[in-house]
Amino acid sequence: MSITPESITETQRQVSDRQDPLLDSDWNRREVVGRLMKLGAVSLAVALASGASLAPLATAVAESTDTKRKHRYGMVIDTRRCVGCDACVAACKAENKTPPGVSYTIVLENGFGERPDDRPLFLTKPCFQCEHPPCVPVCPVGATFKRKQDGIVVVDYDRCIGCRYCIVACPYQARYSDFGDNYPALEEETPWAEVPSPEYNQFRVRKEGKSPEGNVRKCTFCLHLQDENGEYDKAAGRWPACAKTCTGKAIHFGDFNDPESEVSRLLMERQAVRLKEELGTEPNVYYLL
Amino acid sequence: MSSKALKSIFWTVGIVLVLAGSWAWIDRFVNADKNANYGSIVPWGLWVAAYIYFIGLSAGSFLVSSLVYVFNIKRFESIGRLALFSAVVTLLLALLSISADLGHPFRAWHVLVYPNFQSPMAWMIWLYTAYFALVMLELWFVLRHDLVVGAREPGLKATIYRVLVFGSKDSSPEMEQSDRQIVRILATVGVPVAIMFHGGVGSLFGVISSRPAWHGGLFPILFLVSALVSGGALLVLVSAIFQDGLRKNRETLMALSTLVLGLLAFDLLLQVSETLVGFYGNEPDRLENFRLIYGGPYWWVFWVWQLGLGTLVPLAILILPQTRKNAAAAAVACGLIAVGFLAVRLNIVIPGLADEQLAGISDAFSSKRISTDYVPSVMEFLFTSGIIGIGLLLFGIGEWFLPREREHTTEEVSHVSA
Repeated sequence: MSITPESITETQRQVSDRQDPLLDSDWNRREVVGRLMKLGAVSLAVALASGASLAPLATAVAESTDTKRKHRYGMVIDTRRCVGCDACVAACKAENKTPPGVSYTIVLENGFGERPDDRPLFLTKPCFQCEHPPCVPVCPVGATFKRKQDGIVVVDYDRCIGCRYCIVACPYQARYSDFGDNYPALEEETPWAEVPSPEYNQFRVRKEGKSPEGNVRKCTFCLHLQDENGEYDKAAGRWPACAKTCTGKAIHFGDFNDPESEVSRLLMERQAVRLKEELGTEPNVYYLL
Repeated sequence: MSSKALKSIFWTVGIVLVLAGSWAWIDRFVNADKNANYGSIVPWGLWVAAYIYFIGLSAGSFLVSSLVYVFNIKRFESIGRLALFSAVVTLLLALLSISADLGHPFRAWHVLVYPNFQSPMAWMIWLYTAYFALVMLELWFVLRHDLVVGAREPGLKATIYRVLVFGSKDSSPEMEQSDRQIVRILATVGVPVAIMFHGGVGSLFGVISSRPAWHGGLFPILFLVSALVSGGALLVLVSAIFQDGLRKNRETLMALSTLVLGLLAFDLLLQVSETLVGFYGNEPDRLENFRLIYGGPYWWVFWVWQLGLGTLVPLAILILPQTRKNAAAAAVACGLIAVGFLAVRLNIVIPGLADEQLAGISDAFSSKRISTDYVPSVMEFLFTSGIIGIGLLLFGIGEWFLPREREHTTEEVSHVSA
């Protein structure tokens, strides 16, 4: 086994960057532990790579302490505007061409528990793209990681071995295993079966036994709609499918690093909650109740 | 029943199970995991439970073998080889169980080329790869001398021996002595490796903070103790059945079953502690886990299999004065314990997962993959049966061709009959 500088960078890119203007928790346990573990791991890797220069170590340490990130994409979901129509679920399916049993966003009824009145409280739930995603460190092959530039948690379909440990570790059920099940349109080999999924801009046509079958899949905030600078454009329609289609305008999407964005303003003006705060995951999806 | 009849039953069961299992293997590779019933809420099922069960048996057997090859305890010397052989066989069964569980089994090598040092699963895989190599090597050095001697005779067995010795011809006492030293070094290195890799299996579950039934520092320890109990118990059973052990190794069997009894008591202490502390905490997710184990669709796995047949009955056999001195009864009791630990493993994996992480997920859309109800499919059952069948056949083949312990046999027979 050889440890290349690339694999070291691979290890360290999984630890999330920290820039959190909204919740400035300076001293986070996960982060400290993660950083210590990573330093240990990087030193081990360097020790293993006989004859390798110390340059990768220096770079790795420098990058791991870099707290700047260009974008911090997230959502603010107004449960009072959600009517439970499931249009976001359908839009997501149409956009990402997910198979049966895989749905990057779902709508829970009474996800916050029963209300005292008989009005349902719907909770639409994409991946929260956590600041400290529990799914990322557990991956044995580093196939899932938090992107440095915008914090979106992605899966490298060609690297993922399909062990499903990340599904077990996710506290929000945001990950789904693709078991190769298909809708009738694909089973019957209609022309629709030849339409590729734009996911990750990889444009894969679904083929039996080929990735993403056998992989774990998750919401990517439709990152394939970003331009080359990593920006979305709502006016041009390059916007996550669920937020674009929401009939009640309940799903607000944007960049928390931009204080002028709709999502930043909503957080300043309204009281928001995040799910399972006690786990320290710091989701980037907030709910207005 | 004559031993010949028993033998033919043993081989028939083994072959039937393997044939049933090969159908499942074919289905697994033609249809991927379409015909498996695990999904996205219960992503790990029977195969993962079988995997942690077999790997626990392996670690346990190996640690028992270290009593002979590291700590040089003469009492257990006659079952040292069988312990090592069991460790190899059960490790193979574990690896077979988990290989088909991967969505992309042929990418397993990614763990070596794309290492993630933060993943307990990655560490576990690296450590058991090392352990695999080590335990094979150790077994070879343990057997080398006898294989070299056996290779000189005519016949099919000798031909197999000639292949297995890899050209080694020296059967001098000096060489035997040097083999023994190598074995000692390998076994000594193996002890921490086995502890780390099986502790690693426990950590894999224990680190998941969103699963309160698993999360905690006791979990890796519980895995290790359970490995010792189940591995030791399997060894009592195996050494009673094979190589005429019930007659020849009676004393050793009794000593080992006492050890198993003590370890089982310690394991129960840990389990009771986990349960009582868990109950007292009154945490909803934890309580739901207990509800699933004690009163869920698989209540019988706990009450009948794990607690009744796997714990109380063998405890009674090993403690009651009427049966405690009977080697055959001890072997049956230990067999029950060994089989009972499969229920322990099932009760860790499946109820630990079969709970919605957020209320209402399984109602959010309709799919058999989005459900908290997990029943292994026929294909999953047959697959695991096939692996058990492979285990039976490997033990049967081992009984046939493995060189037996020499020195102590005659001595022990006279000792027992005296």
